[in-house]
Amino acid sequence: MPILTRWFIRTSLLLFIAALLVGAAEALAPAPMALWGPVYVHLLVVGWITEMIFGVAYWMFPKYSKETPRGSNALGIACYVLLNLGLLLRVAGEPRRLGWALAASAVLQWLGGMAFVVNTWPRVKER
Amino acid sequence: MPSISRWFLRAALLYLALGFTVGALLLWNKGLGIHPAIPHLLPAHMEFLLVGWTIQLVMGVALWIFPRFGAATMAKRDSLGWAAFVLLNIGVWLVIAGTPVLGRIAEVAAAAVFATHVWTRVRASGLSPM
Repeated sequence: MPILTRWFIRTSLLLFIAALLVGAAEALAPAPMALWGPVYVHLLVVGWITEMIFGVAYWMFPKYSKETPRGSNALGIACYVLLNLGLLLRVAGEPRRLGWALAASAVLQWLGGMAFVVNTWPRVKER
Repeated sequence: MPSISRWFLRAALLYLALGFTVGALLLWNKGLGIHPAIPHLLPAHMEFLLVGWTIQLVMGVALWIFPRFGAATMAKRDSLGWAAFVLLNIGVWLVIAGTPVLGRIAEVAAAAVFATHVWTRVRASGLSPM
């Protein structure tokens, strides 16, 4: 299992726990957690599910070439860093209504997603 | 990776790009405001990422890695996989186009056809009895 896959999967496990902690906090104290709904959902769907998929796809999809079996390492690392920075900015910014943080989070997560698409597209092939 | 899986996975990647783009618009708009109509894109964001990306990716990978039958049988059975692909994607766009009932019906049909295809491929591979 490549290092980047281990980063993705371990991060996804931590974000899975974080998401359910936020969900539990929302159930225990609905009023002070009123603005955390989108954070809970996105920790689950981006942090847990998407990062798990990205990590496993980076590992298991057909090899790009003998020399660079997993495509561009730089794009893979960029995807991991951008997606997680974006997600953390959302966690920090959403409950405090920090507009600039949400806008920056949008750009970072979008770039992370595009890095994955560009790097994975040529690996969707017969062998 | 068989041709049918490549179609599922490439479509899933396109929906990932679409869904992230709409999501970025929604989030930027929430933070700094672009246009009051942008929040109406939320159902499209959810449909692209839940059905178009996640579900389609899982279906494509299942068709790739589940135990297979011989080539002749697989060619016959792959028609069910293609039907699932067409129905699922018609369903996504019917939902996006504002006809959610028709879209969901097409998606249910896709799920049923997919389950019919995959059901008998869920079997022992010969390597392990458990």
